[in-house]
Amino acid sequence: MAEDSKPRVRVPRSATAGEAFEIKTLISHKMESGQRKDSDGNTIPRSIINHFSCDFNGENVIQVVLHGAISTNPYFQFEAVIQESGTFTFTWNDDSGSVYTDSKDITVG
Amino acid sequence: MSFTRRDTLVMGAGAAAAAMLPMPGLAGAWEDAIAAFADGGEITDGGVEFTAPEIAENGNTVPISVSAPGAVAIAVFAAGNPNPEVVEFEFGPLAGSQSGSTRCRLAATQDLYALAKMPDGSVRQAIATVKVTIGGCGG
Repeated sequence: MAEDSKPRVRVPRSATAGEAFEIKTLISHKMESGQRKDSDGNTIPRSIINHFSCDFNGENVIQVVLHGAISTNPYFQFEAVIQESGTFTFTWNDDSGSVYTDSKDITVG
Repeated sequence: MSFTRRDTLVMGAGAAAAAMLPMPGLAGAWEDAIAAFADGGEITDGGVEFTAPEIAENGNTVPISVSAPGAVAIAVFAAGNPNPEVVEFEFGPLAGSQSGSTRCRLAATQDLYALAKMPDGSVRQAIATVKVTIGGCGG
């Protein structure tokens, strides 16, 4: 699913140092759970995003371990708190070994 | 081979017994998963805010959110899913709060367990029951 997984991230453009703000992420992915069967009765093998992490200037904000019970197009909402301007990097890893990334700059004013 | 009445009864009883057997196994699956996450820590109620809908019309996307101030990690388990693990949030030094939201799949009406691991190794728990309307048509 490498070609049609498109990450979308919402981060405010600016933030106040030391004040928590919200980040929302969404990535298009089939998240095949490994529970479904095709029309011939064969189990469709699991193919999901199994790990997500968000870092800021090399320091970790959150890591998420995903299992088969996470919906198609996994969505996450969480909070971060930063002290200086910099770049958020977002990384999704899936079962096939593909890695999807996105990044967002933010200014502390 | 022809089936006598007796054979049929015996087979029926056997099938019923076989149908009963997986139940303790399934119940054990989520308990084992929770025990593995707790890692020997004492599980107590409270200290975790767990938001899930009472009724989910579509079991494919059930919004859930968890929050536990001071937690190192929060995991969600679904007792009635074929695989009990749902999601696990691990908070880094820049996390603004120990909370997270996502959407999950639920196979049927069941209890969800949110467990928060605290820095001292203890575990806090919150339970939510979600009714899942299969097919999402309200029927």
